[in-house]
Amino acid sequence: MRLDVLKALNAARRARRAGVMVTRFSDGDQRFVEASAIAADPLADALETALRMGKSGSVQVDGADYFLTVQAPPPRLTLIGAVHISQALAPMARIAGLDPTIIDPRTAFATPERFPDTPVIAEWPEEALAAAPLDRYTAVCLLTHDPKIDDPALIAALKSDCFYIGALGSKKTHAKRIERMRAQGFDEQALARIHAPIGLDIGAVSPAEIAVSVIGEIVAALRKKPRRSETAAP
Amino acid sequence: MLTREDDVLEAAEAWRDSGREVAIATVVETWGSAPRPVGSHLVIDADGNFLGSVSGGCVEGAVVEEAAEVIASGSSRMLEFGVADETAWRVGLSCGGRIRVYVEKLN
Repeated sequence: MRLDVLKALNAARRARRAGVMVTRFSDGDQRFVEASAIAADPLADALETALRMGKSGSVQVDGADYFLTVQAPPPRLTLIGAVHISQALAPMARIAGLDPTIIDPRTAFATPERFPDTPVIAEWPEEALAAAPLDRYTAVCLLTHDPKIDDPALIAALKSDCFYIGALGSKKTHAKRIERMRAQGFDEQALARIHAPIGLDIGAVSPAEIAVSVIGEIVAALRKKPRRSETAAP
Repeated sequence: MLTREDDVLEAAEAWRDSGREVAIATVVETWGSAPRPVGSHLVIDADGNFLGSVSGGCVEGAVVEEAAEVIASGSSRMLEFGVADETAWRVGLSCGGRIRVYVEKLN
């Protein structure tokens, strides 16, 4: 592997940009193609397919064998609410390969003591999400039960193309939430993106069990649905 | 320690930048119930230190040995592992799968 090609791949990952590394088996010829440059590449169709599926693999084009290493940004998990469930969800997320961040403007909750290993941003979601916008490789969980905090984050999530939106609360709470979002102008298709009540139905009771059900639902959203094309508008 | 594929490729760059000789092994094809998916990496240095996984532990030892030769010679190799009856528990996949692993030096 060429060090300069590896460095290009690693730099793209750090900047949360997608791309594909192409290796020709016959002679080891190698290049890294950024997602934005795929259309101009001789293997454009194969690269586009690999990136859309998010899967590395071997391909044969015009009699030559290639290996495609897909570089998709590591999925992030943005938790709105430095609450009890977040204390279980953040470490589990990390083990499952998601990078968690917690946002909660209530400084009594958002303390490093409660979340020793997770970045905690003690700001309102509008400010925090303006500084670090949600992208298609981000999952968002609304966990505060407080519309003052959850709703601005939900609006930001619905305007983004994040791959998962989950909202804690009963069906009744969610019905009221849906009404507020309709008043904000979101249509049924947009509102159908919200997973609520949050998590898979596994009868979870404790915060840790709820965290398991939420992680399961996020993994399903990440792996089961085909990714939308990189060129699709958010 | 749990590592992700990303960490493995970051480590490959960091190891090389610190002057170590490095090989990267990649699972390029699998058949049957292979333990690690296509695209999984193992990074190996000339002293046999390694990070990552191509088989969940079954054939790492053999890959590390081959990697030492790839580092020494500079030429890439394609390895194939599968169940080899009586040797299955030595070097092979006890799960019954087969994998192809591409080992290349980082230059």
